[in-house]
Amino acid sequence: MALTYDLSGADLSGFLRPREGGGRSLELLVKGARCANCLAKIEREVGALPGVAQARMNLTTGKLVVAFDGGAGDPAAVIRTLDEAGYPATPFDPGQALAAHDREGRRLALALAVAGFGAGNVMMFSVPVWAGLFGQELGPATRVLMQWLSAVIAAPCALYAGMPFFESAWRSLRRGRANMDVPISIGVILTLLISFVETILHGRDAYFDAAVSLLFLLLIGRWLDHQLRAKARSAAADLLAMQAPAAVVVGADGAERHRPLSEVAVGDLLVVRPGERIPVDGVVVSGQSAFDNALLTGETAPVDVAPGSACQAGAVNLSGTLKIRATAKSDDSALAAIARLVEAGAQSKSRYVRLADRAAALYVPVVHSLAAATFVGGWALGLGPREALLRAATVLIITCPCALGLAVPAVQITASGRLFRRGVLVKSGAALERLAEVDQVVLDKTGVLTEGRPRLIDAPPAVVALAAPLARASAHPLARALAAEAGPGPSAEGVVEFTGQGVEGLVDGRRARLGRAAFVGAPSVGSSETELWFGFDGDTKVRLRFSDHLRADAVQAVAALRKRGLSVRILSGDVAGPVERAARETGIDDWRAGLTPAEKAAEIEAATAAGGKVLMVGDGLNDTAALAKAHAAMAPGTSLDASQNAADLIFSGDDLMAVVDAIDVARAARKRALENFGFAAVYNAVAAPAAVLGLINPLIAALAMSGSSMVVTLNALRMNLTGRAR
Amino acid sequence: MNIVLLLAPFSVLLALAGLAAFWWTVKSGQYDDPMGDAARILADDPDDRPL
Repeated sequence: MALTYDLSGADLSGFLRPREGGGRSLELLVKGARCANCLAKIEREVGALPGVAQARMNLTTGKLVVAFDGGAGDPAAVIRTLDEAGYPATPFDPGQALAAHDREGRRLALALAVAGFGAGNVMMFSVPVWAGLFGQELGPATRVLMQWLSAVIAAPCALYAGMPFFESAWRSLRRGRANMDVPISIGVILTLLISFVETILHGRDAYFDAAVSLLFLLLIGRWLDHQLRAKARSAAADLLAMQAPAAVVVGADGAERHRPLSEVAVGDLLVVRPGERIPVDGVVVSGQSAFDNALLTGETAPVDVAPGSACQAGAVNLSGTLKIRATAKSDDSALAAIARLVEAGAQSKSRYVRLADRAAALYVPVVHSLAAATFVGGWALGLGPREALLRAATVLIITCPCALGLAVPAVQITASGRLFRRGVLVKSGAALERLAEVDQVVLDKTGVLTEGRPRLIDAPPAVVALAAPLARASAHPLARALAAEAGPGPSAEGVVEFTGQGVEGLVDGRRARLGRAAFVGAPSVGSSETELWFGFDGDTKVRLRFSDHLRADAVQAVAALRKRGLSVRILSGDVAGPVERAARETGIDDWRAGLTPAEKAAEIEAATAAGGKVLMVGDGLNDTAALAKAHAAMAPGTSLDASQNAADLIFSGDDLMAVVDAIDVARAARKRALENFGFAAVYNAVAAPAAVLGLINPLIAALAMSGSSMVVTLNALRMNLTGRAR
Repeated sequence: MNIVLLLAPFSVLLALAGLAAFWWTVKSGQYDDPMGDAARILADDPDDRPL
């Protein structure tokens, strides 16, 4: 259930941040801005507001930064203006984690630029040296001069551009392990050292060019990988900002202020209006209402609450305005939640070893021993230490893990990019790999197979038309569903809303009531359905039943999953009736209802123990354990933060076919990655022995390695072509 | 041949100027919003003051 918050008229000063050079600034997430006109309109209208010094819209990230003069600043006016212009906006608190990530990205871009500069310019001096070796026209003095000039350009560039690798290698060595950056670092440093020694000794074998071009290629892979994660992070942060931007805190003076969730303390008095989500755990102090716990328990029937009731963060307040005393600090501060959202899914599955890591586990020791054996063996067989060390460095360069360092990120960023355009957010590359392996799909009912919001079922149109004027006057979700069914029309007159009970008013001049059975005066009948009663004073009472509808493409999606050889099951926390109906309509034979969260997780564990690889698609808190246990997990963008934490992929929008498309893309990505590994294996099988035997020098090695990188990258990009053709 | 001694450092300097220019573009946030900048250029009176 996607909720947009009505923030107009609220005090949002908690989101204002001090700005350099005086004044304050506000960051907003703006929906729907796509084109040049939107940009001009937003900046013009917001910029014209009193107190606004400047408004700057970023179309790429969808963020609007508003700078205010001095002490001025009314965020609510900005949001109201945007709303009237047709762009709903939410205050956005970027947090430290995102900013730090952004700095890391810039650092990689600069390292890449420096490596590119070095690789390009060192050729000016290295190409004459290599050409001179064949034609013998280059005198020794000129050659040494050229080598020194290469050193002057390449060595500083290689040291600067290599820092990300050196640091990572050092960190891993200190923990007593060797990651892929260790052979890269050794290879680069060894090559630089050998080249300096050669240059000083007036030898021929200086390979400054090889070291810097190697780093250039590797940094391309690093940078692509970083971009992928940055995109996932910022999308996750946006999602979070849209869902629960603020809590309304009642101050000591009785004034209501919107505060970022992270600033809510235990003991704070909060106001939760109908339709809003409970921001933190608490106890109801005053007011009466009903909660929709669908996301927490999977149950569709509302639960009544009164003063003294405990309430959980994430429940949706349905009917009355409540005052709540916070009993827990929100550990869902924007910062913590963003970090968790992205990292938690990967951590809970840390037992899974990624393709690239599995390859690296094999690769790192093999390459190191091969290089060491080349050096020792070469020296023992009478090559001399210089020649032997040179060959060892060549082995390290030619077997440089480009298929691992470049091809897999390239495949994953292409795949993620395609899914991103489709509305699916991929949290990590490992998630795609796991998704490609699944052989069965388990679906939750509420919010996954169904839309997760009530709709009127089989009611006579005459009754709907009579009840609609009352329904239009109410903010209750069931009444809204009724009003939506009836379409636009007049509201009833003299309407009084009885919190948690229903509404009363005049329809066609007669007094009528719409609400709970007891309120309307009907005999209460126990029922698993969500219902409203309607009736005129002293007349027959009519029951209006509501039910959750299937997503429009649920049947199609289930059929498509079957076609891909996946078995499909429903595990739901809801009662049997609605689950059975959903199962029948989608043609799923295997379904279970009334499960507790622990039972759901146990079902998944049992399936895993039987050798299955399960994809769990769920949206509620009751699915969280199951999502974490499953081999791969997906959650809709409307689901609770906790479920999104446990999920690997998040799909937005109303269609379930996104799940099918994600599986298709993941399978294609896995195929490309395996092809790339295959190619790399063949390449290494040919090139490594040649290097050991001294048939190639480090320059040829660097060139061959670049060639192989090109091949794997182009293969990765092929993913885009197949996608367009479909 | 001596001309190389003049041309080589000169070309390196030229490339360094390019690198410095790229460095500046990254540092001044010119890649932060490529879509917005593409749209902004079409506006009649673009607001290009630094934020």
